[in-house]
Amino acid sequence: MADADYIGKEYPSFSVDVEKGRIKMFAASIGEENPIYFDEETAKNNGYSGIPIPPTFAFTLTMEAGQSFNILEDMGIPKTQAMHGEQGFTYYDHIYAGDTVTGSQRITDIYEKKGGALQFIEAVIELRNQSDVHVADLRSVIVVRHNVEEQS
Amino acid sequence: MSNIVDYANLNVGDAIPNMVKENISRTQLALFAGASGDHNPIHLDDEEAKSGGLPGVIVHGMLTMAFLGQVLTGWVPQNQLRGWNARFVSMAFPGDTITCKGVVAEKISENGENQVKLDISAENQKGDNILIGTAVVAIT
Repeated sequence: MADADYIGKEYPSFSVDVEKGRIKMFAASIGEENPIYFDEETAKNNGYSGIPIPPTFAFTLTMEAGQSFNILEDMGIPKTQAMHGEQGFTYYDHIYAGDTVTGSQRITDIYEKKGGALQFIEAVIELRNQSDVHVADLRSVIVVRHNVEEQS
Repeated sequence: MSNIVDYANLNVGDAIPNMVKENISRTQLALFAGASGDHNPIHLDDEEAKSGGLPGVIVHGMLTMAFLGQVLTGWVPQNQLRGWNARFVSMAFPGDTITCKGVVAEKISENGENQVKLDISAENQKGDNILIGTAVVAIT
């Protein structure tokens, strides 16, 4: 069970390369067909300076760096008891194929519902690119299901 | 590709074009697990999902959110998306058909920029919400 003492904990910073092939693979897996994610020329003709990442791909970059799951490991929570509860993105600038983004994850809140049967862990990540431009913020809530009867 | 949206003619309550994703397959969940980096077995393996107290594998919340992203970027170019959030309110399962929607909730002027706040949602074939949230887009 996640202890409220974890609130405020900051995990070590991470760095991830934004790979063109991975963006294409991701776009294809969600059924996206917009050519800006597949073809650099088209992206440039549409006002981007390279292939942009799709809106939710910033989360994948953090997953690639082991974030979210690292919280569960740290708190000793099996993955199968955890689900994604909420996700938010705020964009300040673009993230492009070829960029390297850096961030660190911080636990901002932990709370319970249904008498402890559900626990909510909120974490935020601020992402910066290789030029130290603040490109995006991510806010995630992980929901952990606990079997209250078993624990009592 | 995106159409030009006319801010003056937008009204609260207007719906943006929706998107229907039919019959979500286990194959798509596997491909998305690989592409997204979310390999949690609750999306891939029924036995593992059941061991965690679920009825079987569930659709990644982030796959549904990615579908909604397509609704937004189908309406305005991605570089006009300022921010958005989603709450995964119920689970989606393989075989479900997911409909993603957006409705204008508010017209805002922020830092000299015309923006709209959208109420966004994704529902299953029974009409139950699986995701609800809001998005802020600039209308340039």
